[in-house]
Amino acid sequence: MATLTPGFHGHRRTRGDRLPPGQFRTEDFPVLSAGPTPDIPLDRWEFTLTTESGEQHRWNWEQFQALPQQDVTTDLHCVTRWSKFDTRWRGVSLDTLLADVTTDARYALAECYGDYTTNLPLDDLRGGRAWIAHTYDGAPLAAEHGGPARLLVPHLYFWKSAKWITGLTLGRTDRRGFWEQLGYHDYGDPWREQRTWTD
Amino acid sequence: MTDWRRAELRARTPESATARTLYLTVDGWPGHLPGQHVDVRLTADDGYQAVRSYSLSAPADGDRIELSVQPAPHGEVSPYLADDFPTGAAIEVKGPLGGWFVWKPGRPDPVLLVAGGSGVAPLAAMLRARLDLGGDVPPFHLAYSLRDPGQRWFGPLLDGIAEAEDPAVTVACLYTRAAPPGHPRPVGRITAADLDLPGFRPADGPLAFVCGPTAFVERAANLLVHLGHRPDRVRTERFG
Ligand SMILES: Cc1cc2nc3c(=O)[nH]c(=O)nc-3n(C[C@H](O)[C@H](O)[C@H](O)COP(=O)(O)OP(=O)(O)OC[C@H]3O[C@@H](n4cnc5c(N)ncnc54)[C@H](O)[C@@H]3O)c2cc1C
Repeated sequence: MATLTPGFHGHRRTRGDRLPPGQFRTEDFPVLSAGPTPDIPLDRWEFTLTTESGEQHRWNWEQFQALPQQDVTTDLHCVTRWSKFDTRWRGVSLDTLLADVTTDARYALAECYGDYTTNLPLDDLRGGRAWIAHTYDGAPLAAEHGGPARLLVPHLYFWKSAKWITGLTLGRTDRRGFWEQLGYHDYGDPWREQRTWTD
Repeated sequence: MTDWRRAELRARTPESATARTLYLTVDGWPGHLPGQHVDVRLTADDGYQAVRSYSLSAPADGDRIELSVQPAPHGEVSPYLADDFPTGAAIEVKGPLGGWFVWKPGRPDPVLLVAGGSGVAPLAAMLRARLDLGGDVPPFHLAYSLRDPGQRWFGPLLDGIAEAEDPAVTVACLYTRAAPPGHPRPVGRITAADLDLPGFRPADGPLAFVCGPTAFVERAANLLVHLGHRPDRVRTERFG
């Protein structure tokens, strides 16, 4: 039997409690998306929360900026195996956006410019674990990284943190999003390496 | 995670002074579509492992796969694959992966391939699958941005396409630093003119595949959108 990768030593960069299995640490901020970067003027930007009964809650850019803002420092884990530590964001907590919304839904589908979607359990958007972020490292979030605003759910693989978000639709059943239909995991916990359907 | 397969290195050939194509055989390989990639896992003697993604640069062919690797300076994985990994030894691969950046032979739409540097790898698989089909539909064009003639990968494939002079399958090399003598296009980065091609305009309903380093993909995909291509018809893969 042939030997496996003889002579490979590796770099063994920073490991430890903060790096989930199969990830390596990067200092860059790689860009991943399925298509071109959209150009979204702020005067046309809108965020819409739709409940399972069809009730809608809307915020334009000005109303959104008037909501209580939070600063978040967090680690990111991308399914393509890079992790980036101590990223700094500013945005509105989903707890704030969901505060006046009556719902029995268990799931949320994030919808975006360019028809990208991703599905998450609604519980994962509560409890100070999810934001709609518009500022990265002290500057307006660049379009290639999801600006004007993206979902930020750092405890799940980063494709769940949908770029260019336009809204969330809540539902009683789980509907698969874009990558999830193409074979990626419905939940995507980096610590359990839930990358694809078979994981 | 159980689906890692052993892949044995059969041969390695140069694509440029530094880049190499690896010919591997994989136990139980299920086949793949042009555009898909694999995760490659390397294991050191003490169990330390590193994983990176590499595109499949040839269409499915039994248990054989090809990966084309540009060694990154000081990179952890790519210099090992390009230079040190001995013939007859094995790595582990997982895949095929990716269900979006794929071309399914049989689709009628014209296909515009846009490559920056090593981003040509998955597009070469699409181009070869198209040549295997024969005939004059669908039209294919590869716009291949590269630094200089020494960086041109897949020479025999691209030379064969140039010599065939088949209007259905064409390639244009877009040199950014130095071009061969007599090359018609001025040296420089990709522009809208390089992508504004009869038969591949938005009205022709082409599907575009753009692959390469992030900055290149951003630029080329934005050029396509400004030319009027629908964003959902422009599929992108960013290498890092
Ligand atoms: C879907 C997909 C498909 C891909 N397909 C291909 C393909 O077909 N062919 C291909 O060649 N690549 C491909 N890539 C890129 C590939 O996965 C790797 O990212 C690439 O080979 C670099 O890996 P590495 O381990 O050699 O470098 P890494 O060790 O990950 O380093 C990355 C970069 O950091 C720099 N760096 C590393 N260590 C240091 C240091 N100590 N100091 C300074 N700089 C440092 C390196 O120079 C390098 O440029 C693909 C990527 C993706 C996501």
